[in-house]
Amino acid sequence: MIKFENVSKTYPNQERPALEGVNLEVAKGEFVFLVGLSGSGKSTFLRLVLKEENPTSGKIFVAGKDLSKLSGWKVPELRRQVGTVFQDFRLLPNKTVFENVAFTLHVLGYSQKEINREVPEVLELVGLEGYGDRRPSQLSGGEQQRVAIARAFVSHPAILIADEPTGNLDPTMSVGIMKLLDRINRTGTTVVMATHDSGIVDQMRKRVIELEGGLVVRDQVRGVYGYSG
Amino acid sequence: MRARFVMSEVGIGLRRNLTMTFAVIVTVATSLSLLGFGLLSNSQVGVMKDYWYDKIEVSIYLCGDLSEAPSCSAGKITIPQKDQIEQDLKAIPVVQNVFYESQADAFKRFQERFKDSAIAQNVTPDQLPESFRVKLKDPTQFAVIESAFSGRPGVDVVQDQRAILEKFFRLLNVLRNGALFIGLISVLTAALLISNTIRIAAFNRRRETGVMKLVGASSFSIQLPFLLESIFSAIFGWAVALGLLSGFKVLIDQRVAPLLTFTRFFGWDAVWIASLQLLAVGLFVAALASLITLRRFVKV
Ligand SMILES: Nc1ncnc2c1ncn2[C@@H]1O[C@H](COP(=O)(O)OP(=O)(O)O)[C@@H](O)[C@H]1O
Ligand SMILES: [Mg+2]
Repeated sequence: MIKFENVSKTYPNQERPALEGVNLEVAKGEFVFLVGLSGSGKSTFLRLVLKEENPTSGKIFVAGKDLSKLSGWKVPELRRQVGTVFQDFRLLPNKTVFENVAFTLHVLGYSQKEINREVPEVLELVGLEGYGDRRPSQLSGGEQQRVAIARAFVSHPAILIADEPTGNLDPTMSVGIMKLLDRINRTGTTVVMATHDSGIVDQMRKRVIELEGGLVVRDQVRGVYGYSG
Repeated sequence: MRARFVMSEVGIGLRRNLTMTFAVIVTVATSLSLLGFGLLSNSQVGVMKDYWYDKIEVSIYLCGDLSEAPSCSAGKITIPQKDQIEQDLKAIPVVQNVFYESQADAFKRFQERFKDSAIAQNVTPDQLPESFRVKLKDPTQFAVIESAFSGRPGVDVVQDQRAILEKFFRLLNVLRNGALFIGLISVLTAALLISNTIRIAAFNRRRETGVMKLVGASSFSIQLPFLLESIFSAIFGWAVALGLLSGFKVLIDQRVAPLLTFTRFFGWDAVWIASLQLLAVGLFVAALASLITLRRFVKV
C-alpha cells in the first residue's frame, strides 16, 4: 500500500536531512506505529505519503502509484484515498459535527441523499450517535478527535494516516481513540499512526517502525515502544 | 462539489466578510460609474459631432462693392461668374447641396438674428455679401472646395465653419480622455482591493481550505468559492453603477437638456451599451484579480 525506496528528504536551507535512506513497505490492511522522539522525522514521513512534500531522492509508491510521476492536478485524487487525522483535530468551528463530517463528502461531490445516509453511519461507528447538531466547542477533546476520525473515514479511504492523534488527550480518552483506530483497521483500512505515547504502543502490539534522526532504527512486528538493541 | 454546497459556502464567505464585501461593492460601483461617465462622455462627443457636423456648411462669399480681396479687384461678381461657380459646385461629388443666399436674403437673416440690437438698424442690404452655402456629404472634405474656389475671380473668401468647431471638439476630447483615464485608474484600484480582499479571505479561511486540501478537493473547487464571491460583489457593484448612470441620464434629460438647447444629448442606447461594456470590464477585472491572487495564496 505504501512503499518507500531509499527515500531521503532535506528541507530547503537545512543541513541535516529530516529523513535519510528510508526503505520500507506497508502492506494493505496493516496497522503500523511510527515512533521516535520529537524531530525524528515522523511528520515528514506522513507528509511525503500525502505528497505535501516531495522527497529529495528516492521513490515513493502509494496505492500503486509512483508519486514522483503524479502530476499536480492528480494529487487531490491521491488524497481521496488517504484519510488524515492530526493532533490538533482541525475541525471547522462554525460547522456542526454533522456538517464537519459531511464536508468531506460535499467536497467529493456526494449527493445530499448519500450524505444523509453515510454521515450518521460513521458517527455511530465513532461512538457519537446523536452528537450531529453540536459544535466542536461543545465537545471534549476525545470527542473532537472522534469527529476528525469520522471526517477522515467517512469516504472509506484505503489508508488512514494519524499524526499523534492522542497527543492532546488524556490516557483514558487515548485508549478510546486507539480502540476506534483498531476498529477502522479491522474494516481493511491500512492505518499508519505516528506517536510517542509508549503506553499505547506497548498495549497494542502492532508493527513498530522507529525513527531516529531521520533513520529507521527499528522495524519490528508486534513491537513495543521502549525496545532497544 | 455540488452547486448548492458551493453556493452555501459562498454565502457564508460573503456574510462573514461583510465589511470587506461592502467595501468591494462600493469600490466597484464607484469605479465603474467613473468609467461609465467616461464612456458616456465619449458618446456625448459623438452625438455632438453628428449634430454639429450635420449643420455646418462651407460658405463661399462673393465679391461685392466693398470687398478688398485681390480676387475682387474687378469689383462686384458678374452673373456669368456666379452661374459658373454654381455649375462647378454641383459637379463636385462631395457636395450634397448648394444654396444661394442673395444680399436681400442675408439682410433678412441678419435682421432676424439681431432684431433686439441696435446694429440691425444701421445695416443696409448692400453692406452684406451674397454667398453660396455649400453642404458637404463629408464635412472633413473642406479642402476640395477651398482649393477649387479660393482666390478665384469673383470669390471673396471661402469660410469653413468646421474650423471653429474643431477647436471646441479638441477641448471636449481632452475632457473625455480625462474622464476615461480617471475611470481606468479607479478600476485598477478596485482590482487591487479585490486582490487584497481575497488575500484576507484566504487567510481567514485557511482552516477550511486546509481541510478541503486534506480530503482531496481540487485546486479549482477550493478556489471557486473565492472567485464566485468576488464576481458576485462585482455584479452587485455594477448594478449600483448602472443605477447611478441611469440617474445621471434622467438628470440630463429633465434638468440639463431643457437649458442647453444648442445640442442634443446621448440617448438611452448609449447608457445600455456603456453598461454592457462596464459589466464586461467588471467581470473581467474581478475574475483576473481573483485568479492571479488565488494562484499565489490558495493552492493545493
Ligand atoms: N517545513 C520544514 N522546514 C524545515 N525543516 C523542517 C520542516 N519540517 C520539519 N523540519 C525539520 O525536520 C526534522 C523532522 O521533523 P518532523 O518530521 O516534524 O519530526 P517529528 O514529526 O518526528 O517531530 C526536524 O529537525 C525539523 O526541524
Ligand atoms: Mg510531528
